[in-house]
Amino acid sequence: MADKRQSTETAEPFTERERVPTVVVDGVHITYTVHGTKGGRGSATSALSRIVSRRSAPGAREVHAVKGVSFAAYKGEAIGLIGSNGSGKSTLLKAIAGLLPPSRGQVFTRGQPSLLGVNAALMSDLTGERNVILGGLAMGMSREQVRTRYDDIVEFSGINEKGDFISLPMRTYSSGMGARLRFSIAAAKSHDVLLIDEALSTGDARFQRRSQERITELRAEAGTVFLVSHSNKSILETCDRALWLESGTLRMDGPAQEVVAAYEEFTGKKK
Amino acid sequence: MTDLSALARRHGLTVSGARPALPDYLRALWSRRHFIGAFATARLTAQYSQAKLGQIWQIMTPLLNATVYYFIFGVLLNTKHGVPDFIPFLVTGVFIWTFTSNSIMAGTRAISGNLGLVRALHFPRAALPIGLALQQLQQLLFSLGALVVILVCFGQYPAVSWLLAIPALLLQSLFNTGVSMAVARLAARTPDISQLMPFLLRTWMYVSGVMWSVDKVTNGDGLPHVVTVILKCNPAAVYIDLMRFALIDSYTAGQLPPHIWAVALGWALLAGVGGFLFFWKAEEEYGRG
Repeated sequence: MADKRQSTETAEPFTERERVPTVVVDGVHITYTVHGTKGGRGSATSALSRIVSRRSAPGAREVHAVKGVSFAAYKGEAIGLIGSNGSGKSTLLKAIAGLLPPSRGQVFTRGQPSLLGVNAALMSDLTGERNVILGGLAMGMSREQVRTRYDDIVEFSGINEKGDFISLPMRTYSSGMGARLRFSIAAAKSHDVLLIDEALSTGDARFQRRSQERITELRAEAGTVFLVSHSNKSILETCDRALWLESGTLRMDGPAQEVVAAYEEFTGKKK
Repeated sequence: MTDLSALARRHGLTVSGARPALPDYLRALWSRRHFIGAFATARLTAQYSQAKLGQIWQIMTPLLNATVYYFIFGVLLNTKHGVPDFIPFLVTGVFIWTFTSNSIMAGTRAISGNLGLVRALHFPRAALPIGLALQQLQQLLFSLGALVVILVCFGQYPAVSWLLAIPALLLQSLFNTGVSMAVARLAARTPDISQLMPFLLRTWMYVSGVMWSVDKVTNGDGLPHVVTVILKCNPAAVYIDLMRFALIDSYTAGQLPPHIWAVALGWALLAGVGGFLFFWKAEEEYGRG
């Protein structure tokens, strides 16, 4: 399905004039309820009396994580999301991926965005090999496609550089190795929209370079890449555009250099 | 703001995370059939990968279960009284029940146990409960291998009637998959379901005639007719009865309730179609939060 779409679109080169949007975020607000924010009230008896009296949990609290963010992303763009911890970057990515419903506003996407997070463990009790195969099949690749890409995926991940790790269960991997394999699996397919949540920061320098190359390729294949990172360096190296979120609002949107410079000034790294 | 919506509409962008229409969903699910198969097999082999005896547990677990029930119900409580071929009767019951009960238990963890997969990759989520139910079917096939040996040891030799086991198992698989999908949706929203489920399943097991004969109990007077009908039309009992009827000579058609195949088909369709629709209705909500 996606392959067909890709083949029709790679034919036309990306031009500045005919910009085709891939993600449109229109006035999105996201609120979610967090349970258990207050300690000491979680006993069984209080939970029971709560159910009986139909009160809401005392620890439950509404968090307004994203407050009215609007932007449009176009084909071939790599967009960095920056901002301090808790500014709503990851929440916004989840909304774009369709994993969190916006409470107001709408998110439009071309095709199905794929979110790559650090915490997505795929199947930790299965071997890396099985994870590659199952991951490929789950993304909608055929058995044949998985077989032909398998070696590339494993080689790209660099998992086997220090011995035969691919035949070990994924729970035995270090967090960096796991993140590398997951990125390699997801990057094996061309995505219209790829969302990366700090996955690159866990890899070593060589893997970071390789994944940056892959992101460039994905962009050339008319995809859009979103990257959340606390490393301003990797944003500058990978992205041409940056969005700066601060406490749920879009503070700045523009070329990566300008936005990162303003952000650095704000956080006091410069001066 | 409206400019942005108009831009999105003009270029044919779709709302992110919207539930696909049923035909699209079915098509996407069909295109993931290799994933479902590979997922089931991978789960099956991973299940005992930590145990020293490894895959031997595939057969050991149901056999040990049958042994325990034999000692408690056959020897201590003597429910075997008046049931001919009690061991084949019991083992068939335990294996068939285990298939249903394990499928439903797997359903409660279909989403919560695979959150990593759900949050990382996009695929129709129904692939998970279906894959897990398929894993249980594969496991049952191992158990059936053991069952054949037991049957032969106790004088039940392969006959043409054994072929009836195939439609019976297919209907039961459809039923299990449907219930598993329904439970998967409930447990994805309320994780407490997976804590509660073992108790519900155990109650269900005790009324399903796994280790005693429903027929023997209902033949005695004192039970109202409604109770008899409910006991006999209980889906678990229906599928167990059909397997016993197929495999055991002394279990005759007279012991089956009337229209049993229709009842078995009805349950399978009701659970299969109903469970699937119920699961699909919440497709966009899985893995959130």
